Amino acid sequence: MRENWDGVLQPALVQHVQLTLIAVAIGFALAFVAALLAHRNGAFERPVATFSAFVYTIPSIALFQLLVPFTGLGLLTVEVALVGYTLLILFHNILVGLRAAPPEVLEAARGMGLTRRQTLVRVELPLALPAIVAGLRIATVSTISLATIAAVVVPQGLGRPILAALRDYFKTEIVAAAALAIALALVADALLVLAQRALTPWAARRSAT
Amino acid sequence: MGRPQERHVSQAALGYLGAFGDALRFLVERRELLLDKTWEHLLLSGAAMGVAVALAVPLGVLLGHLHRGAFVAISVANAARALPSLAVIAIGLGFLGFGFGNVLVALVVLAVPPILTNAYVAVDEVERDAVEAARGMGMTPWQVLRRVELPLALPLLFAGIRTASVYVVATATIAAIAGGGGLGEILFNQASYRTEGLVAAALVVSGLAFAADAVFGLLQRLLTPPALRATAPQPELDVAAPRPA
Repeated sequence: MRENWDGVLQPALVQHVQLTLIAVAIGFALAFVAALLAHRNGAFERPVATFSAFVYTIPSIALFQLLVPFTGLGLLTVEVALVGYTLLILFHNILVGLRAAPPEVLEAARGMGLTRRQTLVRVELPLALPAIVAGLRIATVSTISLATIAAVVVPQGLGRPILAALRDYFKTEIVAAAALAIALALVADALLVLAQRALTPWAARRSAT
Repeated sequence: MGRPQERHVSQAALGYLGAFGDALRFLVERRELLLDKTWEHLLLSGAAMGVAVALAVPLGVLLGHLHRGAFVAISVANAARALPSLAVIAIGLGFLGFGFGNVLVALVVLAVPPILTNAYVAVDEVERDAVEAARGMGMTPWQVLRRVELPLALPLLFAGIRTASVYVVATATIAAIAGGGGLGEILFNQASYRTEGLVAAALVVSGLAFAADAVFGLLQRLLTPPALRATAPQPELDVAAPRPA
C-alpha cells in the first residue's frame, strides 16, 4: 500500500475528488437554474423532469461507452455522464425545497413589501436549504460511485487502480484502492451531513435525510 | 475550426440512429443470447433481493416495533448507501474470489440499507394512537405488530424494497467484471457485440429495472389490506437514494 501510494493511489484519489467536484458543481448550476425556472413557471417542470429521469435510467457502463464518439476518450465523456446523472436528484430536491415555503410565510413576505426576488433570496432559498443540501449529499455519493465505473472507458480516478488490479487479480491493490474509494464516499457523506447541520441549525435531525 | 469536429459529431449522431435500428435487430436476432444473459441477471438479482429482504425486513420491523436502534437503522444504513458499488464488489473479490457468490454478497450489502431504513421508519412511525387503541383492545404485542403496525407500514416498507430492486438490477451489470454473469457481460464487451449490442443490452437492463419496480409495486398493492388501498400513498421513483451504478 505504501509503495503504491505516491505513484498510483494518491494521484487517483486527487483525480477522483476533482471528477466529483466538477460534476456536482456543474450539475448543481444546471439543476438550480432549471429549478428556478420551474418554480417560477410550472410548465418547465415536466420536460426537465422527464429528460433527467430518462438520462438517469441509462445503465452507466453503457452511457460512458455511448458518449465516446461524441465527446472522445477523455474527461469530457466522464463529466457529461456524471453531470447527467446528478440532474434528476438535484432538480427534484431544489424544486421541492423551493416549494416548501408555507403560503402564510409567502403572504407575510408580500405583506412586508418584499419583491419576488427578495422573497426568493430571503425567504424561499433559506427554507429550501435542508432539501438542497440533502440533494447535494445524494448527488455527491452517487457521483463518487459512478466515477469509479467511468474508469472502464476513461482511465481516470480511483476506478483505474481498482480495474487494473482486478484484471491482474492483484489482491492487495484491489482492496487498497477499493477501500480508498469507500473511505472517500463515507468522508464526503459525513462532511455533507455536517454541512447540512451547520447550514440549517433549525432543521429537525431526521427530516432532511 | 470546429468544422471537422462538427461533422464528426453529426456522423456519430446519425450512426446512433442507425445503431438504434441495429439494436432492435440485435434484440430479435440475438434473442437467445439476451434471454440467456437476462436469465442469469434475474437469477443473480433475485437471489440478492431474496437474501437482503430476509435479513433486512425482519430486523428493520423488529427495531421499528421496539422503537430502538435508530442509529443503526438510519444513520449507519444511510452511510452504507454511500458505498461505491464497484468498490464493494472489488473488496468482495479480494476476499472471496471471482464468481456468483462474491457478487451476491456485494449486491446484498448494497440492497440491505434502503430496505432496513424503510422497514424501520415505516414501523417506527406508525401512529401511536392506532397502536394504543390496539393495545387497549387487548391485543398482544405480536398481534399489534401483525395486525396494526405491519399493514400500516407496508407502503413505506415496499418503497424500500422497490428502491433496492432497481438498485440491484442496475448494479448487477457490474457483476460481469467479477465473473457474475448477466447482461453486464454484453455491456462490458463492446468489442464483440458492437454498439448495437450495447444499446440492446442497455434497453433490456432499463426494462428490467422498471419491471422489478412494477412487480414489487403490484405485490405491495396485493398485500395492502383493501381498506387501506385508497389512502396508501403510491411511492414514485425514489430520488432520496443514490443512483445505482
